[in-house]
Amino acid sequence: MAVLSRMVGVLLCGCASVALAQAPNIVQPGAPGKPTQELSAVTAAPPAKGPSDADVKFMQDMIMHHGQAVEMTELAKTRAADPEVKAIASKIDLSQGDEIRWMKQWLAERGYPEAPAGGMAGMAMDHGSMAGMDHGDMAGMDHSQMAGMDHGAMNHGSGKTDPMDVAPMVGMLTPRQMQALRNAHGAEFDRLFLTGMMQHHNGALLMVKDLFQQPGAGQDPQLFDFANDVDNTQLAEIDIMKGILRKVNP
Amino acid sequence: MKQISLLKAAFAVAAVFVGSLPVLTAQMDHEKPMATPPPPTVYVNPRAPESDPRVGLKAGLYDAGVAAKGLELIQTIAKPSGFAPDESKIPAWEDAAPPAPGAPRGAAIPAPYGTTNSDLAFQGKYVFVGNYYGVNTYDISDPAHTKLVTSMVCPGGQGDVSVYGHLLFMSVEAANGRIDCGTQGFASLEEAQKAQAAMREQMANMSAEERQKMMASGRKPEPAEKDRVRGVRIFDISDVTKPRQITDVQTCRGSHTHTLVVDPKDKNNVYIYVSGSAGVRDVKELAGCSGASPDEDPNTALFTIVVIQVPLAHPELAKVVNSPRIFSDPTTGNANGLWKGGNHGEGTQTTSATRGCHDITVYSAVGLAAGACSGNGILLDISDVVHPKRLDAVSDPNYAFWHSANFTNDGKAILFSDEWGGGGQPRCRATDPMQWGADAIFSIGPDKKMTLKSYYKMPAAQTDKENCVAHNGSEIPVPGRALHVQSWYQGGISLVDWTDPAHPVEIAYYDRGPISGKKFAMGGQWSTYWYNGTIYGSEIARGLDVLKLTPTDWMTADEIAAANQITFKELNVQDQPQVVWPATYITAKAYLDQLARGESLSKDKVASIKTLVTAASSDKKAAAKLKGMAGELDKAAATAKTPADAKRLHGLAEIFRKNADGAALSIASL
Repeated sequence: MAVLSRMVGVLLCGCASVALAQAPNIVQPGAPGKPTQELSAVTAAPPAKGPSDADVKFMQDMIMHHGQAVEMTELAKTRAADPEVKAIASKIDLSQGDEIRWMKQWLAERGYPEAPAGGMAGMAMDHGSMAGMDHGDMAGMDHSQMAGMDHGAMNHGSGKTDPMDVAPMVGMLTPRQMQALRNAHGAEFDRLFLTGMMQHHNGALLMVKDLFQQPGAGQDPQLFDFANDVDNTQLAEIDIMKGILRKVNP
Repeated sequence: MKQISLLKAAFAVAAVFVGSLPVLTAQMDHEKPMATPPPPTVYVNPRAPESDPRVGLKAGLYDAGVAAKGLELIQTIAKPSGFAPDESKIPAWEDAAPPAPGAPRGAAIPAPYGTTNSDLAFQGKYVFVGNYYGVNTYDISDPAHTKLVTSMVCPGGQGDVSVYGHLLFMSVEAANGRIDCGTQGFASLEEAQKAQAAMREQMANMSAEERQKMMASGRKPEPAEKDRVRGVRIFDISDVTKPRQITDVQTCRGSHTHTLVVDPKDKNNVYIYVSGSAGVRDVKELAGCSGASPDEDPNTALFTIVVIQVPLAHPELAKVVNSPRIFSDPTTGNANGLWKGGNHGEGTQTTSATRGCHDITVYSAVGLAAGACSGNGILLDISDVVHPKRLDAVSDPNYAFWHSANFTNDGKAILFSDEWGGGGQPRCRATDPMQWGADAIFSIGPDKKMTLKSYYKMPAAQTDKENCVAHNGSEIPVPGRALHVQSWYQGGISLVDWTDPAHPVEIAYYDRGPISGKKFAMGGQWSTYWYNGTIYGSEIARGLDVLKLTPTDWMTADEIAAANQITFKELNVQDQPQVVWPATYITAKAYLDQLARGESLSKDKVASIKTLVTAASSDKKAAAKLKGMAGELDKAAATAKTPADAKRLHGLAEIFRKNADGAALSIASL
């Protein structure tokens, strides 16, 4: 069959670059020591498996999370002074802008909206999902650099906290922090941008860590790659920003 | 002469381009004026003009527009059943509108391009094509009629593959890899809860004893899964049509990639260096795994690579034998030495966080390995394979993620790639800086320290529908040159000459239009490697591409023929083989074609030697005449215009002196 279909392909096309599927010998090994079995073209197909609720929530949350980073890099275009701050802001702008588009498509392909019903309120930080998360064991996280991150601000269950100090999601800047950033220029902006973006990136790392602590989460291969890439590149960017901060704010 | 002046013109354009980059990018992107990246301190190749034939190619899965120079596609073999795209579903996917924000869940319309093709390994007449869903094995004894031999279903991306004798190694990193190669993955929390609810309902009518029994068999919804594999799978491929799984070597971070290491001093074992860049597994899933910082846990799975020993007589006993702390600070012993490295001086970037490697290329012939390790490029001494030692580490302000590495054949330069954006993002748009998501070329000094020489990026602007960034490639063994054929995802294939590490030049390419013109679809070349005269590309969506080199001014038929003298019995590209060329007139012709491009020997002289060489295989007098020239050629090498020309002249002298007896040329003449 394979030979036949190739001949037909060549006859019809007359060109070398025709794409041909060939009749397969499909096998599936068993666990170590177990026999290998044969599969048919039908049984070889990957089962249709939707993402887990945790996967969907991760993507919807991350769109909002990335949205604030893009807002911050937008401010950097007119307010930053240091060329390296401008450069890292430009890189983050590109990365996170692209990733927002990518995440929206990922959700849409799986039938999910980019934001859940209830909008902002529905997206507010879910303390339940943070159970078991140990903020103290964040590898690569230097708490001395986290001056801008007010853990108290996340404690919005008491009803006493000013909404200006409530971050909508882990690592995100509070409305007050965003206001300060908007009002700053030059060296002061650079410092607030760097500390704010490190806080923001650390939040994304926590979100990735939280995702993989959910049973059955992250099995979608694209999501797995994406989440790990967020982890790797944002960690690298945090360190680049640490270096710039040391330079601009010795 | 014409070629030389072209080259000079290209450099002049580059200089102008880099100088005026801010203006250009600002003009290209009206909505968002962009900040300037730090100006590169070294040469970066220029962006190709808009007239480049690769710009604006028609989209399509199997009927995309093509632009090629110096590379010809012989055949594409679409992915087989189970792995293949479903063309009938493309229109519905392309036209589907996303659900409105806040809308309830709608119908899933997944991208219909099948499972992801990944890395390649070669042995004899077979190529093994890794995939997130398994491995496909093809018979390439006649590359123009490449045939599928075996489709092996065994999910657990990314499916990086290596082959040694009757053993096939496969990397598993993803969360859905199962010990039994099952395709079902693992239950999500809500699925597990549903199962528990059903169980409770059943239990209501049970006796206490039955209930207890059922409780014991019921699964608790936990992230830890006893049937999960993350690490390296080992298969017996004695019968290539029926691979058997021998064992799985489990590792804490899984295996993003792995590198086969053959220790010339150890005939009983082969070794695997495992690079893991994903999260650390739950200790309940794999004992001893810790993702803590090294200050808190000296046995952390971060800041290390994993070394697996595979006893050849008993591969089922393969096991982890070391987790070398290759990032440690030599004076303090801190495991995270590179991470705490800090600034490299006034105005430079800090060393980025290096928690693990993405890929390692070993070059056993010179006892070195190059690690592309998150925030650093590192050079390792692997003379003691189980205990690699760091010789040097570099970081770069333009680099986001150190991805892979290749050595020149003389081991004196390394080409690192930066997978900025992780491979799933379009990073070759006209607005993306040339030094971002590029190759960075370093020289290795006699002191084994690395120095940045240049950046190279596939120069033709791609659309925002095409994921594109530097990715895997291999060296083409043309004597006298360093040639790297490389994947750029949907940016296609680019062949770069990096003989002069300070001035890389593209000499050939193959590119298709986007997979879809309507929506972003993941695709493009994952790995593109030269193997015994043919170039194979694993196209993520479209299948296995088979290509050949075609002669151009920059790659003559004689140079291609000289490369084709080299035959590998096995090729795992990250276990880089050292090529030793034979003393033949075919090799000599390649050197002469290269000398004709330069100014170390007059054109007339080159032409007259080539006439003699052409005659020499059947004319003893011509051979004797050439032998008589050897001293003169060695002398000319002393005044050669470039180090590469000097090597070529010495190479010629050696071939002529040996009467082209086919013996191995000495390393010095490579």
